[in-house]
Parts: sequence; C-alpha cells; structure tokens
Amino acid sequence: MGKHVREKASKKMWKSFKKVILLLVFLLIWELLPAFGIINKTFFAPPSEVFVALVRLLISGELWIHTSISLKRAFTGFSIAAITMIPLGFLMGWYNDFEEIADGLVQTLRQTSSLSLFPVFILFLGIGEISKIAVIFWGAQWPILLNTISGVRSVDPLLIKSARSMGSSAVSLFGKVVLPSSLPSIITGVRLSATHSIIVLVAAEMIGAKSGLGYSVINWEYNFMIPEMYAAIVTLAVLGLITNYALVWLEKTTTKWKEDVMIT
Amino acid sequence: MGSAVHDNIKIAIRDVTKLYSNNSHSLIALDAINLEIMDGEFFCLLGPSGCGKSTLLNIMAGFEKPTDGKVLIEGGEIAAPNPRYVTVFQDYGIFPWRTVQENVEFGLEIKGIEVNERKKIAEVFIKMVGLVGFEMRHPIELSGGMKQRVSLARALAVNPEIIFMDEPFGAVDALTRMKLQEELVKIWREENKTIVFVTHDIDEAIYLGDRIAVMSSMPGRIKSLLDVPMNRPRLRTENDFLRIKEKIYLEFFEYADKK
Repeated sequence: MGKHVREKASKKMWKSFKKVILLLVFLLIWELLPAFGIINKTFFAPPSEVFVALVRLLISGELWIHTSISLKRAFTGFSIAAITMIPLGFLMGWYNDFEEIADGLVQTLRQTSSLSLFPVFILFLGIGEISKIAVIFWGAQWPILLNTISGVRSVDPLLIKSARSMGSSAVSLFGKVVLPSSLPSIITGVRLSATHSIIVLVAAEMIGAKSGLGYSVINWEYNFMIPEMYAAIVTLAVLGLITNYALVWLEKTTTKWKEDVMIT
Repeated sequence: MGSAVHDNIKIAIRDVTKLYSNNSHSLIALDAINLEIMDGEFFCLLGPSGCGKSTLLNIMAGFEKPTDGKVLIEGGEIAAPNPRYVTVFQDYGIFPWRTVQENVEFGLEIKGIEVNERKKIAEVFIKMVGLVGFEMRHPIELSGGMKQRVSLARALAVNPEIIFMDEPFGAVDALTRMKLQEELVKIWREENKTIVFVTHDIDEAIYLGDRIAVMSSMPGRIKSLLDVPMNRPRLRTENDFLRIKEKIYLEFFEYADKK
C-alpha cells in the first residue's frame, strides 16, 4: 500500500513538473545565451541579474509604489467598465430595438483603437489620472458589453417559457432565469476585459505618465538600467498571470453546471 | 374506474381559430376548434406533426392568443400564463444551473413560500417521481427520463389544477417512455389533476387518455373524439386496447387515402 501511495505522489509531482518544464528550459536558455556571449549581456540581462534587481527594487519599495499605482489605474478603469457595461448589456440584449439603434455606433466605436484615442482623452481630461483611467475604461468596456449582450441573447427561450408557466413576474424572470443563464458569458467578458485593461494600462503609461509599471519599463530603458527594465516586465507578466488564473477560477466555479468547461 | 364520470367542464374551447400569415401566405393552423375538457380528466390530443396540437395547447396555456374564438377555464377567459395551470415541455425546460432540488423548488420560490416549507414540499414530489438520492445533482448529470421527472415534479410542486403536457416523453427512449407513462397515470390518479396531453404516439394516447381527440392537419381540425372505456392500469396487449388502436389507425389511413 505504501508503494501505491508513493507511486501516486510521484505521478502527481510529474504532472506539476510537466506544466513548468518548458518554462524552466526557457529560463535556462535565457541565462546561458548572455553567459556564453551569444547575445550581448548589456541588452539581454540574464534571469539571475533580473532577479537581483527585482529583489533590490522590492526592498527599496520602488517596485511596490509603481505596481500599486498601476493596479489602481487598471482596477478603476476596469471596475467602471464592469459597473456600467453589464447593465447596459442587459438592456441592449433584452430590448431588440435598443440594440438595433445602438449597434452601428457600438461597432464603429469598438473598432476605434483605444490608444489612438488617448491623445483625445488627454486633450479633454488633462495629463492626470483621469485620462489614463478613461482610456483603460474605453478598452475594457467592449468585451464586457458584447459578452453580456450575447449572454442575454442566448438564454434558452424554453426556460423563459417554463418560468412564465410557473407564474414568474418580469423581475423574477430576470433574476432567476436571465441573470444566471447569461452569467458564464458575462464572466468570460470580464476576464477578457481584465486582460485587456493591463495591456492598455502599460501602453498608456508608456505614452503619458510619470509613474507606474509601464512608465518604469520605458524609464529604466532610457536610463540604461536594463536588469530593472526586465524586472518591471516580469512583474507585469506575473500580474497578468495572477489576474487570468483568478478569473479562470471564478469562471470555473460559477459555471460548474455547464457541459465541458474548457477554459485556458 | 379510470373513466369516472366528470361532470364539471374545466376547459371550454370555443371556435378557436389560429392563422399564421406572412406577406404572401396565410396558414390555418387551427380551424374553428370546439372542445370541452372535464375536471379531473386525462385528455389526449393526438395527431401528426403540424396538425396544430401544440398550438392548441399553447393557446390553452396562455402562451399564444387565438386569432378568433376563446378558451375558457372554469368560465374565465385565459389571457396569460397562470401558475394554476402549469406546462411540461418535451425538452424539459429545467434550469441547468439549479440542482434537482432547486429546480423542483422554483415555482414555490415564485409563489413566495418560505425555505423550510419549500424543502418539505419538494421532498414529497422528488420522492413521488422517484428521484430520491439525486437532489443535489445538476441536470447535466441526469438522463433524459430523469430530467423529465424533474420537470414533472417541479410542475406538481406548485399544486396546479391543470397540467398541460406537450409531448413530454417524445425525447426519451421507448422503454423509459412506457415506465414514465405508467408512473404518470399513477400520479394523476393520486393527485386528482386535469391533464391535457399532446402526443403523436397512438399507443401513448390510448394508454393514458380518458378521451382522445384525434386531429388532422391543413387545416388543423378535430377529426374525431373517442372515449377510452378501459379500466386502469391498462394493458397494452388487451383486446380493447388493440381495438381502439385499429380504429385510430383507420382514421389516419382514411385521411391519407383522401389526399
């Protein structure tokens, strides 16, 4: 029996190892290429040096200051998008006329690149926080809006019919059928928006900010602090990973009732 | 015993006509239907697909309005779905995000019945349809027959006077279907409901119905109305059963010949 347990444990270890094996190879190559002089070390700081820089920035508190500023911007823009676009999506999904009238405008605005609008936001809102939050909101709103609309649209009419057959009022129809039925689609929208928020955030900070992780990447590059630049990039990657995994987890737990939840 | 005397008219269908029209064509789905369904009766609407039987059921249940004529339930005209008359659908219409228990409690929630009472009532009907042990499962984990049991329990839980059933066993396999028919008859006799049952399966109609309205299509009409004067539980191999079956077959073939 002890043997059996051991076998099981080693199987589990192998399974988790499989997931990171390529990542480790990648880090190894990254470490070795500059060490053997294949790539200029000045431009391509090896992970060991990046790690040292990362620790230094953590201890000095500098990294946390930039990270918290970035998070605040991304989270604010994203939250405003979620708070406004989920209800709007419900309205547009439920009332056909509303959607038909709004569709042309929505499609046009959606295809207008968020970053191309950043100068416009700066013109109107100044170079402070508000313009950056506005541009993040702009980018983050579309996946939430469109996924909410399609979620509401795809509610099975039979479920609405059977709820009505049981005497559901409009309010309970919404709360007990439309909302739970469209939830998986909304959460997918939220996940896409969150990822998108970080992308827009970085670009906006690179163009017009004096703080934040996006600014740090550009700033440390200007000042030739290459390991620090990579440290900021790694931090952004980690933030993206955490956000995605947290939302995938949320997606999975709220849609357990669905067939074949295949989310990556 | 099964075909006891029902003398109160529960549902009266008066000259119900339904027209579907678009720009160029109009289709007479139902042509001046007149029917009376008695209180406590098990009434079957039998016909080929497209004969308007589901349309007639939808009108009775308040989902659709007739183009002409009216449906009276206990003398009152029906205008919208009413929880006293619940519908069970072929594709179940149960909520995939709710467990079996939560599905059965749905109508009770709508009625505003408090949690403990809800649980108690749901328990009774989950037991009645034979789903004890599956309370916490989600529909995705259930077979078609079990899903239809959930749907039936959910309908029964709100204690309706009438249950409209739109080909409820159409999506389950033949053996499960027979089992479900048997249980439905048993429940109907215990619970004293009026059931209006739409089907295209002749055996099913004879096994279940006190009376059968045989419908024809284009335009949808009641072709004939037959009594099933057989005791319950019925045997599908009985002479009476086969005799009625033959009679209905003839109706359809005669109809086919005329075409």
